[in-house]
Amino acid sequence: MDFAFQPVDQMGVMDRVARIKARSVKKEAKKQGLRMALNMIDLTTLEGADTPKKVERLCYKAMHPHDKLEGLPSVAAICVYPMLVGTAKTALEGSDVKVASVATAFPSGQSTLEMKLQETDFAIGEGADEVDMVISRGRFLAGDYNYVYDEIAAVLERCRSQSVRLKVILETGELGSLEEVRKASDIALKANPDFIKTSTGKIGSAATLPVTLVMLQAIADHYDQTGVQVGMKPAGGISDAKTALQYLVMVKEVLGDRWLSNEWFRFGASRLANDVLMQIIKQETGVYQNADHFTKD
Amino acid sequence: MTTRLNIQKTYKLFIGGTFPRTESGRFYELQNSKGELFANLCLASRKDLRNAVVAARKAQSGWANKTAYNRSQILYRLAEMLESRRTSFIEELILLGINKKAATTEVDEAIDRLVYYAGWADKYTALFSSVNPTASAHFNFSVYEPTGVVGVIAPEEQGLLGFVSTVAPLITGGNTVVVLASEQQAPVAISFAEVIQNSDVPGGVINILTGKLDELAPHFTSHMDINALVYARALSTDHKLSATTNIKRMLDWTGKWSAASPYHILDAQEVKTTWHPIQTGASGGGGY
Repeated sequence: MDFAFQPVDQMGVMDRVARIKARSVKKEAKKQGLRMALNMIDLTTLEGADTPKKVERLCYKAMHPHDKLEGLPSVAAICVYPMLVGTAKTALEGSDVKVASVATAFPSGQSTLEMKLQETDFAIGEGADEVDMVISRGRFLAGDYNYVYDEIAAVLERCRSQSVRLKVILETGELGSLEEVRKASDIALKANPDFIKTSTGKIGSAATLPVTLVMLQAIADHYDQTGVQVGMKPAGGISDAKTALQYLVMVKEVLGDRWLSNEWFRFGASRLANDVLMQIIKQETGVYQNADHFTKD
Repeated sequence: MTTRLNIQKTYKLFIGGTFPRTESGRFYELQNSKGELFANLCLASRKDLRNAVVAARKAQSGWANKTAYNRSQILYRLAEMLESRRTSFIEELILLGINKKAATTEVDEAIDRLVYYAGWADKYTALFSSVNPTASAHFNFSVYEPTGVVGVIAPEEQGLLGFVSTVAPLITGGNTVVVLASEQQAPVAISFAEVIQNSDVPGGVINILTGKLDELAPHFTSHMDINALVYARALSTDHKLSATTNIKRMLDWTGKWSAASPYHILDAQEVKTTWHPIQTGASGGGGY
């Protein structure tokens, strides 16, 4: 397949990000935005040291972010390794919270297609509602774009056949430039996945506003050309409510209201939830909060 | 011949080891002893306080976990840096309307105060902690630990000495601080931030705001993440009451800040008591 790539105006991106960051969100809009952000979080734990109990704890938090305050939404999903999908599925039974599983040799993606498909099948078999796959960055950087595309298409096929949603992780921190980010986005979008996602959270450089802007723009262009709606998930490094609101402003401006729900936009984060909760309570009470009064996760 | 223009210093806030302007964009004016405009100072807002608390919280565990000896060295280094800028601080105080003799005494006392607390840093726990009597085969210790993030309403008079005398004992004990500097003598506190920056004090350990007490006091008292508040200026009852919502320790240092005392360190410490079994019996060997 041929890919026609879009140039990226880096200075233009930076300039637009700066303007979006300067936007002030106050009062009612802020309250609404904070609740929306909480409801969009994929509460994540992806450690070698994860235990079933830790995942159960996180699942409880996903369903009951902060029991002291009534009427809070739950988070969107729990994101775990395939081995822990079963645990999460049981713990979340009866709630709206989805179970997302990373797969395809996360985080490096250095494995054969066959094994990646096997892992995907395993995660789905355990009950995952969503699969977060990584692309083969090595192949991408070597210029083997068709390989990357075919791999995404193959994993997507497995997911679609079981009505499981697929997120495609580009690991933008390893791609080098915004131009490459756009290129990888376009390749992934061509397969029509459910989401494209910035990062694994396993390397130093994770989600940033400029990278997200480039990916959102790719989604917008894809939507204009094909009418297919694809979601977006920035992940890693988003730890405070203020930044989360900046992301929401960006989504609203680039893609519009249709994307402003957890069906089409997610935050991959572990620490963000508590800061959002602290800010929500600050809005309710007028008093700045202390992290000791919130669950540690 | 052209006349040279003086380059005026821009007095900003000191948060997290950097000098940001107030996010509010507001300022207040100070006149020098001749009644001329001396400086525009940042009129810090609730949000600046919030940012300062975030910085202080982030720095707290790192500062508390440094060895007492290292904290002592850093406090002594503050004294060294202040000594090397002694004349410029005296001049600045004179510009603020203090007479030369008083200014000199104030700077010298501030230097000595830093050395005083530097000396205490690795001694107060040894002196005040205790091994308590027990009726069983246990050790029982009571040891001092820092309270956490401490807010400071520095005295209005003696902008430098008041600042040093309130801040030094708190950081000696491993706390990090957010200080509201003297309103009329704020420049000298911000200049002291330059001393702090050159003394290996990690960013965020001392954060300095300049502005109005009435505006910021309710936020100092109600903020859940400020664990204690040292106030060396009178606070209204309303302000004090709002601290009861978060069980903050309120430490009244009005009239007592000017004395150097190890009890000022203990004021912002928490006593932790811990049990430890004394190993005895067949397998115990020599025990410990």
